[in-house]
Amino acid sequence: MPLRILVGCKRAIDYAVKVRNHFISETKFNLNNAKIQVKSDFSGVVTEGVKHALNPFDEIAMEEAVRLKEKKLASEVIAVSCGPAQSQDVLRTALALGADKAVHVEVPGKEYETLQPIHVSKILAKLAEQEKVDLIILGKQAIDDDCNQTGQMTAAVLNWPQATFASKLQITDGDKEATCEREIDGGLETIKIKLPAVITADLRLNTPRYATLPNIMKAKKKPLKKISPKDLGVDISPRQEIVRVAEPPKRQGGGKVSSSEELTERIKKLGVV
Amino acid sequence: MSKAFKFGQAVRELRIHLCQSSPTSAGVRKFIEQSYVGLKQANPNVPILVREASNVQPKIWARYEFGKEAHLPLANMTETQVKAALEKLAKPAGFWCRGYSTGIFSLDSSVGLNDEQKEIHSMATKFAREQMKPYMAEWDKNEHFPVDVLRQAAELGFGAIYCSPDFGGTGLTRLDASVIFEALSEGCVSTSAYISIHNMCAWMIDEFGNEQQKKYWLPKLSTMETFASYCLTEPANGSDASSLKTSARRQGDYYILNGTKSFISGGGHSGLYLVMCRTGDVDSGAKGISCIMVEKGTPGLHFGKKESKVGWNSQPTCQVIFDECKVPVSNLIGNEGQGFSIAMKGLNGGRVNIASCSLGAAQGSINTCIDYMHTRKQFGNSLAQFQHLQFKLADMATDLMASRLMVRNAAISLENKHTDLVTLCSMAKVFATEKCFNICNEALQIHGGYGYLKDYPVQQYLRDSRVHMILEGTNEIMRLIVSRHLLFSA
Repeated sequence: MPLRILVGCKRAIDYAVKVRNHFISETKFNLNNAKIQVKSDFSGVVTEGVKHALNPFDEIAMEEAVRLKEKKLASEVIAVSCGPAQSQDVLRTALALGADKAVHVEVPGKEYETLQPIHVSKILAKLAEQEKVDLIILGKQAIDDDCNQTGQMTAAVLNWPQATFASKLQITDGDKEATCEREIDGGLETIKIKLPAVITADLRLNTPRYATLPNIMKAKKKPLKKISPKDLGVDISPRQEIVRVAEPPKRQGGGKVSSSEELTERIKKLGVV
Repeated sequence: MSKAFKFGQAVRELRIHLCQSSPTSAGVRKFIEQSYVGLKQANPNVPILVREASNVQPKIWARYEFGKEAHLPLANMTETQVKAALEKLAKPAGFWCRGYSTGIFSLDSSVGLNDEQKEIHSMATKFAREQMKPYMAEWDKNEHFPVDVLRQAAELGFGAIYCSPDFGGTGLTRLDASVIFEALSEGCVSTSAYISIHNMCAWMIDEFGNEQQKKYWLPKLSTMETFASYCLTEPANGSDASSLKTSARRQGDYYILNGTKSFISGGGHSGLYLVMCRTGDVDSGAKGISCIMVEKGTPGLHFGKKESKVGWNSQPTCQVIFDECKVPVSNLIGNEGQGFSIAMKGLNGGRVNIASCSLGAAQGSINTCIDYMHTRKQFGNSLAQFQHLQFKLADMATDLMASRLMVRNAAISLENKHTDLVTLCSMAKVFATEKCFNICNEALQIHGGYGYLKDYPVQQYLRDSRVHMILEGTNEIMRLIVSRHLLFSA
């Protein structure tokens, strides 16, 4: 029986948005190239007026699911996103890329600020049970908070096997097993896991397609369901407090050395070796 | 009192009244029941109500922006007509207030678009960023016509954006097309401009061609398997296009073409040439002109040497020469004598498209300027701290904003077949191409000596957008059109 696949779609700041230094951002030109800026109260980064897009790793996850569907190995691809109303934008992207239906778990702006992987994994697990999915494919991490936890936690909540950082995925043994290649230090690891399972996508799993214009127009006719974490019985009260978000330290200018001896001396002075 | 129903305006509220006893209502009800959820879903911000009573006149009632109301009586309408009316209403040419779209355009070129348009914009931007921008300088330097990238773009639906989907067109609006060309141009103005010309040709066949011509050509054009070129200008007839000399002599079932067309974009590479030529007498003026398709490979079709140009180097330009070139009569688009009108109608869209490409060039220039002003330091401060440059940048952004408003307004007028569309398109083209060229020029100035180097993209935006003031009707001709409208139109 072909698989039912659930794909996580997080709305994250577009990867092409550049980081802007706080101190020169007084004159604020918010054109198409708005930049990432730490909020003045250091509680996070400014997201207002900044271009967002589907998290690139989730896009890879979606692509993989759609390819499985094209190979007739999957029967249905369900895209899910947790977040405020704007999250529907990335669901529309997912539908245009080939998802069959979308579920928007609405978490209003204020609560979304404290939404953590633990909450999302519980939501995903509940949805997976409700929708009777055989496979969950997620991006290995989101490029905004870089948590890299949701996939692992989801597998734990469901007590399903997991294959993280997949760079190659094959459905084997009918559709009862998945063979995944993972990039590890010094080589590749191939693992076999039983389905149902959670897989997280690494960068080299595939190159996502562009949504075609006709598919973008067709996407609006596909079903998009809106629910709340409450409907799923998931408590999303915060477990963590963000103490401070700060910019990375300003890069110091480098220096030139004239010989390798001088170089080792300098490194020693820095106490690196 | 309610006024006549209007399409293409921002609908803020919609009510559908049905009569329980009316037979029309039964069919309409069935249709509405089927499409109601879709309508609701696509327009979450617009309250849509369906009411049914025994003593009402069946009608669709709508409230527009600024509280204007209108209604459409359904009494004598068939199910199909109602369906068409509702679909037309939901068409995003106007501002059918969807999602968080406000209908107010802003500095970010995606602001004010509806959800689908935002999605289209974001895809086009991504495509431009990944598949065009990294190669734009290389294509310019090597004068390379990026056929692969063009076909890849066509696969996504960019080949025949505003042609009907019957034969492979994408079926989007002129505003959608403008948004797409603007986004693509940031990646490469010249390549996007060529895509826009190809789109214009495809539309001319879609709009004026017969079924057979559409069926044969549109699938090839929408995939860009065949590229198309527009041939109007001649060496001796530029702005004075209606006195063109290329002749098409009827001989049995064939036309014999003689003459030369110049500055033909895609010349030599294109597989199809839409040639405006004289089927009437030498002094028949605009009324003696016809639009005839000439396929590459037709005996008697020759190409001049590839021109060496200031910009637009990613697309070949050359003369197209007809020497006793024999084409079947079935290649005539529309009727004999209709050619000039077809050519001008194509150009109205072409003008909006080209102006959109200028917007992309200006946006790209401003973006690089902002980066440069933050990084470049003089007199101990970044350029961003100098008021002269701050003001200059503000003026550039203001001009871009004004241009974008003109262009999008013209695109909507074209979609809705507004009575002033020719004037609006001409005004938009003059304004946007000139302002945007100046923006590129100012951006180059801000970059100083570096701006003059080919290592920086600003000079290419400048070179590529310079020609927009000349082609698709020179800006002087645009002014002529506008002034004629003001002074002499009834």
